[in-house]
Amino acid sequence: MGRKLLLEKAHIEGIRYYDTYRREGGYAAVEKALKMTPDEVTDQVKKSGLRGRGGAGFPTGMKWSFLAKPEGVPRYLVCNADESEPGTFKDRYLMEHIPHLLIEGLIVSSYALGSNRTYIYIRGEYAWIVDILEQAVAEAKKNGWLGNNIKGSGFNLEIYVHRGAGAYICGEETALIESLEGKRGNPRIKPPFPAVKGLWDCPTVVNNVETLAAVVPIINMGGEEYAKIGVGKSTGTKLISACGNINKPGVYEIDMTISVEEFIYSDEYCGGIANGKRLKACIPGGSSVPILPANLLLKTAKGETRMMNYESLADGGFQTGSMMGSGGFIVLDEDQCVVRHTLTLARFYRHESCGQCSPCREGTGWMEKILKNIEYGKGKMSDIDLLWDIQRRIEGNTICPLGDAAAWPVAAAIRHFRDEFEWHVTNREECLKRNYGLANYAEPIKATA
Amino acid sequence: MEFSAEKLAKVNEIIARYPEGKQKSALLPVLHLAQQEFGGWLSVETMDYVASLLKLEPIEVYEVATFYSMYNLKPVGKYMFEVCQTGPCMLRGSDDIIKYIEDKLGIKPGETTADGMFTLKTVECLGACGYAPMMQLGKHYREHLTKEKVDQIIEECRRNAAAGN
Ligand SMILES: Cc1cc2nc3c(=O)[nH]c(=O)nc-3n(C[C@H](O)[C@H](O)[C@H](O)COP(=O)(O)O)c2cc1C
Ligand code: SF4
Ligand code: FES
Repeated sequence: MGRKLLLEKAHIEGIRYYDTYRREGGYAAVEKALKMTPDEVTDQVKKSGLRGRGGAGFPTGMKWSFLAKPEGVPRYLVCNADESEPGTFKDRYLMEHIPHLLIEGLIVSSYALGSNRTYIYIRGEYAWIVDILEQAVAEAKKNGWLGNNIKGSGFNLEIYVHRGAGAYICGEETALIESLEGKRGNPRIKPPFPAVKGLWDCPTVVNNVETLAAVVPIINMGGEEYAKIGVGKSTGTKLISACGNINKPGVYEIDMTISVEEFIYSDEYCGGIANGKRLKACIPGGSSVPILPANLLLKTAKGETRMMNYESLADGGFQTGSMMGSGGFIVLDEDQCVVRHTLTLARFYRHESCGQCSPCREGTGWMEKILKNIEYGKGKMSDIDLLWDIQRRIEGNTICPLGDAAAWPVAAAIRHFRDEFEWHVTNREECLKRNYGLANYAEPIKATA
Repeated sequence: MEFSAEKLAKVNEIIARYPEGKQKSALLPVLHLAQQEFGGWLSVETMDYVASLLKLEPIEVYEVATFYSMYNLKPVGKYMFEVCQTGPCMLRGSDDIIKYIEDKLGIKPGETTADGMFTLKTVECLGACGYAPMMQLGKHYREHLTKEKVDQIIEECRRNAAAGN
């Protein structure tokens, strides 16, 4: 049984409410942090080796130390609860079950950064979670953890929940800031980075929900202790939201020392592939990261056991590896069609492109169109190369990383499953007949479990 | 068209979340409130009213309302089934669920039943991939959908409508 730091108490009856959370030791990290200086708190986060849990995996302590601190200018912390990457639903789970953990993390982090007004930007569809969070904020305030001169420390803080309105792009931090300013979610050109010029042109840090919650155990146990959990640069625990064709979809906290195979097949986690089927492929870190066929998922190209951590999942680069990303773990069984799955993702990115850059706006549209043709038996062999060409021209040529995020899934699908694309072109009739619930053609890779 | 005194107080509370002079930040939350209060969608009249409340140019409201998928720019049915169709839901049979709703209600995605009761909309990942297939209905998610569950939900909506809720 792996170590749990975030969800350990998530199942306790009533933990959603202040009294229970406090009785279980909640807000101890705030008490401890307020006795330290803000720089000492940041230092603990640095020592912990915590990496951003929103997708990019950037070291949090380092990000905090980049925050500009000009005299007389407010600074802001914004919590990114936009969670819209297909396959990802971990932040939702945390906020629904143990909202005070996030509030506590926000208070400690706001203290470290000197933010007196902190916003939680939450995706608009999570409407009921807005109520849960607002209730938690109200309870925290009633008990003196928010407001002026918190617990006699001289530190003032208000936390506000800001509801988005349906746009994946608002998860990108500069689009999020634009949206929070009441505008369209168009990403900004960087530099300047938010650490210098962010919300209302003030220095701003944007962090993911899980990242900010992890600050609580870091302060409680100390950064060095936290860094001992996990392996290498993958310290601490990570929430993985597992979905697709597995027996036990759900949110799991892992300590990053287990193998992918164990994660998929052990009863403690996914419980194996549903309906007695075999594993075909998996997208281990949310829809934007490369899909891997079963053989490359369980073992790296060098034949090593693939582990559930940042380094191992990325081993082999994009040729034979993938990424930890947001921790959205999508499993495909042997009956699933990679072309169709990729088509849904291409449609997603076309829908979510903000339209500012032509490679992204036009390219995502073309990718969807060509994939649709191939999936519905109207594709040509040359379309596969065309698709490859389009994705290559998007990558690296856009204002924000959504362009890359749209290109990578298509590239990886062609790289590893080209035969399946070709099958669609040569078996037009079959494609049409099997429009819903496709495909037993590619010999599924045998899993060893 | 005007908010009730109670809702106006809510608008002012929202504005107060942001620093002095940054009331434009209240736009998204206030548009949510307006949509909820004025018939489930945002007419030009509604958007102009929101603009006047927040001291914005109407265009600042239109450009935002057209950007975000949750704002409806035309009338919708009393109950809107927003069914997720992205990869992870597709793997768990969302295609079949969408087809079933289409057949059962006699409408395609984007359409509303003649009696104005139901609108079907396909949406992209709502963060419920582990509980797929799913739909959003009002403020809440309906997860682990089956055909039987869809039948029940439709019945429930009809009952609620008949009871005047
Ligand atoms: C298109 C796009 C969507 C993103 N969506 C999210 C999101 O929903 N939640 C999130 O935390 N980060 C998201 N990110 C990453 C953020 O830009 C940012 O890196 C992150 O919030 C930083 O927090 P962290 O360092 O704690 O991970 C997204 C990035 C891109 C390019
Ligand atoms: S890459 Fe796409 S989403 Fe990002 S700014 Fe350009 S058009 Fe918008
Ligand atoms: S794919 Fe449907 S909720 Fe995520």
